[in-house]
Amino acid sequence: MSSALVAELRTTRPNTRAAEPLLQCERLSLDLGGRRIINDLNFSLARGEFVCVIGPSGSGKTTLLRLLAGLVAPSTGAVLRDGEPVRAPSHDVAVVFQDYGKALLPWRTVAGNVSLALEAVGMSRAECGERIERLLAQVGLASHGTKYPHELSGGMQQRLQIARCLAQEPAVLLMDEPFGALDAMTRQTLQDEIATLAQRAGTTVLFITHDLEEAIYLGDRVLALAANPGHAKSSVAQFVPVELPRPRDQLATRELPEFLRLRRRLFDCVHERHQ
Amino acid sequence: MSTGVSSLLRALTLPASLLALAEVWLRESGYSGDAIALPSDVALACARALIDGTLVLSTAQTIGAAMLGLLFGGGLGVLAGVWFGLSRSARHLSVLSIELLRPVPSVALIPLAMLLFGFGVRMETSVVSFACFWPMLLLTQAAVRQVEPRLFEVARLLGLAPIERMLKLVLPAAAPRIFVALRISVGVALVVAVTVEIAANPYGLGYLAITSQQNLRPDLMLATVAWIGLIGWALNRLLVRVQTLVFATHARTLATVVEAA
Repeated sequence: MSSALVAELRTTRPNTRAAEPLLQCERLSLDLGGRRIINDLNFSLARGEFVCVIGPSGSGKTTLLRLLAGLVAPSTGAVLRDGEPVRAPSHDVAVVFQDYGKALLPWRTVAGNVSLALEAVGMSRAECGERIERLLAQVGLASHGTKYPHELSGGMQQRLQIARCLAQEPAVLLMDEPFGALDAMTRQTLQDEIATLAQRAGTTVLFITHDLEEAIYLGDRVLALAANPGHAKSSVAQFVPVELPRPRDQLATRELPEFLRLRRRLFDCVHERHQ
Repeated sequence: MSTGVSSLLRALTLPASLLALAEVWLRESGYSGDAIALPSDVALACARALIDGTLVLSTAQTIGAAMLGLLFGGGLGVLAGVWFGLSRSARHLSVLSIELLRPVPSVALIPLAMLLFGFGVRMETSVVSFACFWPMLLLTQAAVRQVEPRLFEVARLLGLAPIERMLKLVLPAAAPRIFVALRISVGVALVVAVTVEIAANPYGLGYLAITSQQNLRPDLMLATVAWIGLIGWALNRLLVRVQTLVFATHARTLATVVEAA
């Protein structure tokens, strides 16, 4: 089943080179406070793939991201990175949090916040300056380097967090409802930007969202999680390949019959799980 | 600038009229006891003591001992506070000892400090250190525990080394609250230093006040008391200025901290 999906992927994303998965979840389960949050979750992320995760609240979306990042250890099963179990966070796995306001350092300038990621790998100050300029230009913050985070709008703060993550030169980018707190217009702009950035750098992305359309618009595949899986059934409710042509367009793509069909299919799925 | 001057003048109206009232009342009633002196005599005594150097020397002694004590006790308090704030096990291990030791009034340690160090700056400094240690410890610990948990995750994800995590994340994030602790501790240090001087140490402003009392010099005694108040006020003003300068970029965090303090 999964090899068939990977094959499908290669037709939609010709730049994915290797067939073996980059990240793999094997019979992954996690208990928190005596409750099973995630049960028997199996899936793999291929290199360069963009997978979106949806699911009702309490289905363990954020927990899955924390497991993949190595911030928490699974109760049973394992997360494998190139076949090796993930035990701790790694510098080339970056996480974009929804609450950008809390993830940024308020006492550091925009440039200083990006610099933190470079300082962590011991880059010299001289080298930093040039890199920071390039990263800020990439996310459209070139002229804001000397400002402080609180002087920026929400969208710009989230751009800054993305720039800091890009500074890690991530092989994997894990995003936890990154645009959930932003207004609709900013959201659409950032969706297109992140899709372009990820595709250009060949970054593997796991993108959590509660917005079905966002998931379909961005993803190569959409993983729907089930709420309260218990010990009997798997956390994976559905795994849906998205075969929409790229580059996608905010208006045209969303009007395609295939887009509407997928939306119906996933909506029914999530809706059903709610009851 | 002119608004600053006018608001200062307005603030001075009340104390100035009270002093004038006291002056008139004391003169009219013909009071001649040894407890109170005429405000004008107090001002005169203060000026004389300033000119002949008594007050300047005593001030240097008191502030010197208070700041040394603050440096030792407060410094240790910050170190321990950061440690206990970060480590749950250290916090659990230390909580009973802290709760037992903290209520001991610092001045109750004067006899012990005298036995250990005799009279002088070391004895006074040790008592001030004990007094400053607790507020710095507890407030720093609270400050560190209030650091946004998300920032610790960011540090782990970026792979910051523990020492970098401390210097680049924990300390800057806790700094505004630690500075409030410092402001509180400066006040404590001054109070305890003067108390030690009044109770035991032949030294500094407290000693000047108590000897003036014993020599039946209420004017000099009250001058010293007023001077101590003035020093406390000036120190606090200075720290508030430093706070607004250093933590200007922290503006939002700071606003909430200052409200809490």
